[in-house]
Amino acid sequence: MAFTRFLIRRILTGIIVLWAVATGTFFLFFARPVDTVARQLAGRAATPAVIAQVTRNLGLDQPILVQYWHFLTNILHGNLGYSYYNGEAVSTIIAQDLPITLSVVVGGVVLWLVVGLTVGIVSATRPRSTFDRASTVGVLAGLSMPTFVLGELLIILVFVPLNQRGFTWIQTGYAPLSQGLIPWMGHMILPWITLAAVQAAIYTRLSRGSLLDTLGEDYIRTARAKGLSERRVIFKHGVRAALTPVVSQLGVDIGALLGGVIVVEQVFGLSGLGQDSVAAIATGNLPLIIGFVLVASAFVVVANIIVDALYAVLDPRVRIS
Amino acid sequence: MSVTELEFQAQQVETAPEQAILGRSQWQLTWRRLLHDKMAVASFIVILIIALLAILAPVVAGLLGHGPYQAFSGKGLSADGLPVAPGTNGFILGTDYIGRDLLVRILYGARISLFVGLTTTAMATVAGVLVGLVAGYYGGWVDTVLARFIDAVLAFPFIVLALALAAIYGSSLLIVIGVITFFAWAGISRIVRGQTLSLKEKEYIEAARSLGAGPWRIMIIDILPNLMGPVLVLATLYIPTAIVVEATLSFLGIGIPAPTASWGVILSEAQQFYQVSWWYVVFPAAALLITTLAFNLLGDGIRDAMDPRTERLFAGSKRRKRRARKTAAAEPGALPPLTVSELGE
Amino acid sequence: MSETLPRDAAAGTIRDPDFEDDVLVRVDNLVKHFPVKAGGLISRTVGQVQAVDGVSLQIGRGQTVGLVGETGCGKSTLARCIAGLIPVTSGKVTFEGQDITNLSRRAMRPYRREIQMIFQDPYGSLNPRRRVGAIIGDPFTIHRTATGAERKKAVQELMERVGLNPEHYNRFPAEFSGGQRQRIGVARALALRPKLIICDEPVSALDVSIQAQVLNLLADLQADFGLSYLFIAHDLSVVQHVSSAVVVMYLGRVAEQGQKDQVYTSPRHPYSAALLSAAPAADPEAAAARHRIILTGDVPSPINPPSGCRFHPRCPKAQELCSQQDPALENKAGDPPTHLTACHFPVQADEDLARVGRREPR
Repeated sequence: MAFTRFLIRRILTGIIVLWAVATGTFFLFFARPVDTVARQLAGRAATPAVIAQVTRNLGLDQPILVQYWHFLTNILHGNLGYSYYNGEAVSTIIAQDLPITLSVVVGGVVLWLVVGLTVGIVSATRPRSTFDRASTVGVLAGLSMPTFVLGELLIILVFVPLNQRGFTWIQTGYAPLSQGLIPWMGHMILPWITLAAVQAAIYTRLSRGSLLDTLGEDYIRTARAKGLSERRVIFKHGVRAALTPVVSQLGVDIGALLGGVIVVEQVFGLSGLGQDSVAAIATGNLPLIIGFVLVASAFVVVANIIVDALYAVLDPRVRIS
Repeated sequence: MSVTELEFQAQQVETAPEQAILGRSQWQLTWRRLLHDKMAVASFIVILIIALLAILAPVVAGLLGHGPYQAFSGKGLSADGLPVAPGTNGFILGTDYIGRDLLVRILYGARISLFVGLTTTAMATVAGVLVGLVAGYYGGWVDTVLARFIDAVLAFPFIVLALALAAIYGSSLLIVIGVITFFAWAGISRIVRGQTLSLKEKEYIEAARSLGAGPWRIMIIDILPNLMGPVLVLATLYIPTAIVVEATLSFLGIGIPAPTASWGVILSEAQQFYQVSWWYVVFPAAALLITTLAFNLLGDGIRDAMDPRTERLFAGSKRRKRRARKTAAAEPGALPPLTVSELGE
Repeated sequence: MSETLPRDAAAGTIRDPDFEDDVLVRVDNLVKHFPVKAGGLISRTVGQVQAVDGVSLQIGRGQTVGLVGETGCGKSTLARCIAGLIPVTSGKVTFEGQDITNLSRRAMRPYRREIQMIFQDPYGSLNPRRRVGAIIGDPFTIHRTATGAERKKAVQELMERVGLNPEHYNRFPAEFSGGQRQRIGVARALALRPKLIICDEPVSALDVSIQAQVLNLLADLQADFGLSYLFIAHDLSVVQHVSSAVVVMYLGRVAEQGQKDQVYTSPRHPYSAALLSAAPAADPEAAAARHRIILTGDVPSPINPPSGCRFHPRCPKAQELCSQQDPALENKAGDPPTHLTACHFPVQADEDLARVGRREPR
């Protein structure tokens, strides 16, 4: 009961945040002299006639608040404008890109969580062992490795040599799930590793530190004294408490995740939201950029709600406050 | 670089045992421990070398006769118009896609990376400490407002803002520094605020108030010195983050614009050529990696030096065990005498 | 004016009309409530912690007033209200005739030189990152009364006066023992020659042998500098040693107050009587002869204090009236005018509360 109320509160807050972001985005882009806006929206190669037409079509000469209202209503109807480049509806473009980006994101997150937590937990239960030392070195390497460098290195050191030897499962580019799970994974595996590496390092260290601290607490000693098996002690009592800082870190990392996705898509030639937004910048395709900003923010808000819900499941105190 | 992680370690610093028989301050003890940490010292030396090379970049360019923007289409490109390998025609690390000296460009790239890393970190630290202090000390609605703002900034995906700003204003060094600083101060601020909130309750703060000290005097003279440790660690560990972020933004084309020689820009250009010109990717990547690694190790070293209870996997343990065994053997049954340096280790 | 009156620490008494001019601090009906908040987005106040609920007392020049009570009776809160560290809900605090209640920080500044505090925790009351010389020199810096070499000299003189080696000027608090740290706190409080020092359980955290040293130091300083002390403690024997007047607090109210001998020899409030009976006596024969009064029940919460007399649920003498009407703090028949008690049925001279307790269990 308290949990449902908590969830509702979070969702309401999320909606407010989304609205705030949309408003902020709007004013960031449109609260400038009409001329400048029109010029940008019309594209770099536009003639004065085209600019005038764009101004008329998009109602840029109307009072700012009227524009704002149209902007909001349009969004709620799913209309995010039209790419000046080829006239396609932005929402269509986003719908096409979404499966690709989601494949990268979900796979990457799963990989980093699984690897990060597993290595971290195992390291914490065997402190100073060879495994622990090795993982520490790995962590340090992972932390210092910029995502795009890792991506490029993986391509040079893994993709190219393997392909040259005829082992073609690993590919760059994208193959949709509809073509089969194996091809899909073959295309995704390198992007997943690239996206996950740095984060896995961070989470390994975080979970290791957190679990070590938790295992030093008195109530763990009590659990052991009660005669519980070591496994139960660690998993039932230790890990659950140790996970809280990990989950709260997850909330913060959602933002960093987007950056990683963009880089990964760029390096591996995946035409997802990330790559398209970078291309949109290069061509000055404002409607597309605005659309991506909104989608990205929505993603962050939703992800944060999920993370908060997870946190509330782990830590009952949060539900009550 | 994770904020939550550091919050962890930051807690321990204030309670770290303050042993001193000879009147050494916490800083002096930390310094001694740091000097004994081989990894940290090595990293520091590496950083100094990089800085030196960065400063001397124009000198090297002059010596070689290759400027960072000079394209040598003749001797710098092969017959097929591809970059030449390291060692050919006086190009120590080879050339890039239009025949520019890669070594020189990498050195100039170091300037940019270090400059961006240091300025953004410095500004973010000052801003973050100020905001964190004020939020933590004053409490009340000031704190509520500031804390929410800090959380919002932390949760916000910076790449989105970078994208938006680049779209509107074009990309430039100034925007890169602005964006990185804007998102860096929040992390520092959150930790400073947390520490301030707990330090505020200490009795010596109450004592200062009872003496008539004003809030600013208390914040700067009483609270700040207790914060400097975690803040220093945070700052040192933010520098590589800033460097990587700049490189990433430049790589994506929304950071420092070409033809400026930023490591990110070079690596972005190198994407097309990795199959034929391995040096084009490997050397700038190595430069980036080494720099980042060095700062990370240094930051870790400082953090470990400040809290002697952190288990260190590599530094000094063998030596300590040997010494302990030696003294124990010399006087069986007697307790080995603790020297001050051993207290520190 | 003050030169004509005897500088005898024990002479000042409470509400003694002959010594009105000699009153340093007067507290009138001080009330301090802390709101209890609940709720998420918008917090509401759901109750009040009635930490201090109507306390009046006086401290004379050169006098030591001891303030005793158990944990949670509000004595620390009262001290901080007097020192101006926390705002007062209602009531008045007067210093040398001037109203200093709830003054702004700026207006309070000159009074900070006159009213100082010594804290309970020798390990928490000194900033571990600052040198001792700087800590003691703080008052000089804050009030701009001495700088540079002059300040250092003044600090070293202070250090000597409290029994510390002035050559340790540059050391850190970590290098001193608990007792020495309290001396540092005393030196800091003494720097600007205040008139009143509020001592919040200054020796509770120290070993017994060190306690005696610090207490003797405080007594010496009082004699030399004509200081007044508000001495807060929960240890009755300590209070007996240092104070000339005693105030016993219970749950935010004054239960009994008077000159030391009056309260210690013939306590009139059942609570004071119980406290005194529980105090360990050094003499084994006296200890055996004494009858301990055992109080039943738990200490009630200051959020929801009992009706009428706050002590009635635990009092061996409580009757109907006690739960209905709050007794006023007044002088009872047969007592000297300075001895006040807040009780409907004060303990009589020949009464043995221990027996009362056994015969009428509650």
